[in-house]
Amino acid sequence: MHNLTIAELVKGLQGKEFSSVEVTQHFLARIAKLDANYNAVITVTADQALKAAAAADQRLAAGNAPALCGVPILHKDIFCTNGVRTSCGSKMLDNFIPPYNATVVENFEQAGAVVLGKTNMDEFAMGSSNETSFYGPVKNPWASDSVPGGSSGGSAAAVAARLAPGATATDTGGSIRQPAALCGITGLKPTYGRVSRWGMIAFASSLDQGGPMARTAEDCAILLNCMASYDDKDSTCIDREVPDYSATLGDDIKGLKIGVPREYFSEGLDPDTEKAVRAALAEYEAQGAELVEISLPNTGLSVPAYYVIAPAEASANLSRFDGVRYGYRCDAPKDLNDMYTRTRAEGFGDEVKRRILIGTYCLSAGYYEAYYGKAQQVRQLIQQDFEKAFEQVDVIMGPTTPSPAFKFGSKGDDPVAMYLEDIYTIATNLAGLPGMSVPCGMVDEKPVGLQIIGNYFDEARMLNIAHQYQQATQWHSLTPEGVA
Amino acid sequence: MSIERQEIEKLATLSRIAIGEDTITEVSQRLSSVLELVDQLQAVNTEGVEAMSHPMKATQRLREDEVSEINQREALQAIAPDTEEGLFLVPKVIE
Repeated sequence: MHNLTIAELVKGLQGKEFSSVEVTQHFLARIAKLDANYNAVITVTADQALKAAAAADQRLAAGNAPALCGVPILHKDIFCTNGVRTSCGSKMLDNFIPPYNATVVENFEQAGAVVLGKTNMDEFAMGSSNETSFYGPVKNPWASDSVPGGSSGGSAAAVAARLAPGATATDTGGSIRQPAALCGITGLKPTYGRVSRWGMIAFASSLDQGGPMARTAEDCAILLNCMASYDDKDSTCIDREVPDYSATLGDDIKGLKIGVPREYFSEGLDPDTEKAVRAALAEYEAQGAELVEISLPNTGLSVPAYYVIAPAEASANLSRFDGVRYGYRCDAPKDLNDMYTRTRAEGFGDEVKRRILIGTYCLSAGYYEAYYGKAQQVRQLIQQDFEKAFEQVDVIMGPTTPSPAFKFGSKGDDPVAMYLEDIYTIATNLAGLPGMSVPCGMVDEKPVGLQIIGNYFDEARMLNIAHQYQQATQWHSLTPEGVA
Repeated sequence: MSIERQEIEKLATLSRIAIGEDTITEVSQRLSSVLELVDQLQAVNTEGVEAMSHPMKATQRLREDEVSEINQREALQAIAPDTEEGLFLVPKVIE
């Protein structure tokens, strides 16, 4: 049952082949039995899930069930869930039980989905390996000595290990696409403004975007149909009709122009990873697409620009965690200042503190223009690269990451080594463009991801393109050992 | 560029994060490494380039100044570290 896709589960539930209670019990049992191996789930909501499943079965029986009625999913622990602890992977919010739902959570509830629990993640989504989580690192289902990627490593590992057929995730610099690539699943970061950020704990507000993770592009389309919405409560949400992402999956891709950026195949890319990505491009050619070599000359500036903008915005966003209204408060504070400084020193982990300090530095008097101002100008240059490219091509493709999953602790003490992991994914966040990762090969028994970057609001076409690839290949249906 | 001890202390104050004496050197090393990375930006010619604030050049929406939320003080204070009579309690500020 856990090998069924969301599309198949929907069909089986609507056709009464099995009940939501059965499906939910099956996945809850898998989490209970297997998650000790992965540490992908922080909180399991078994009671609520079974209650929701029973309610879903009633609606299914009555014949008025909404799209995802009875389908179990997991939410990244960054989305606020009414009455259920939402930790954001941090000690700071270890005791935080939100009194409201994020819009994304609300959308899934309306669609009848059953929430199994909340997934592990890098603390406040700051990390590319899940090693910064207060709840300990998530293990990659393909190799237990290797990282699952981050920050949505829990969601990615859970989907790869068949602990849930799909999960929500967020992506600020690659946090959906990189773990999707490293865990061999499909993940989509939509256009900035497509999915509401309300109730999604903020990291870098001009970059953060929620999106779906599942095993197939077809399933990501089903999840995005539910996730994407216009929301008055998110002031940067774009008021634009949400198309039916499932409707165009079968479209022919003959004549599709695929841009292949030179800069994504340069120094630093593992040769075997490149081989797998080139083979995927060849498959597209075989399906009638045309490859066009393009240049995104400012790619190398995306990591430095990001590490000004993201920490700057984080330092402002995370100032709300002060021990006054919710979350952690240090013991026996001497005075107000002692309470602030010790609450934050004890409640945040090292990487989060580092980014707050960097952000504070970049925004402080005398440095603002030289850092934040400059980075926002460079961001414009990066966006112009993409604008020019999309005059020539329909989509852009390349590797999602420079190499497959790396071993725990292998990036050493230098934070910059870890930051370079996101070299191919960060630019799309800076430009606000949609990007996705699709499994396209195996290197040393670890998955490789093909990245597909689309133009603004072109998610339907990206999902169509990914689906066509998955019709012709089997990489997305490989199963890690010990999972089947 | 490397970052001086004095500067770390100032950043710690500004960001309200206590940094222990024993970790200052380590924090300073790691911050310097990140600043070295971001300093690559300084070499870029950005003359005449507008700073980007939103990918689609969207601006903040305005709405009528009307009450849209219900009062949830009790629910919101139920999760606070310390409250009294509807107020959030913090350590004494004025002697």
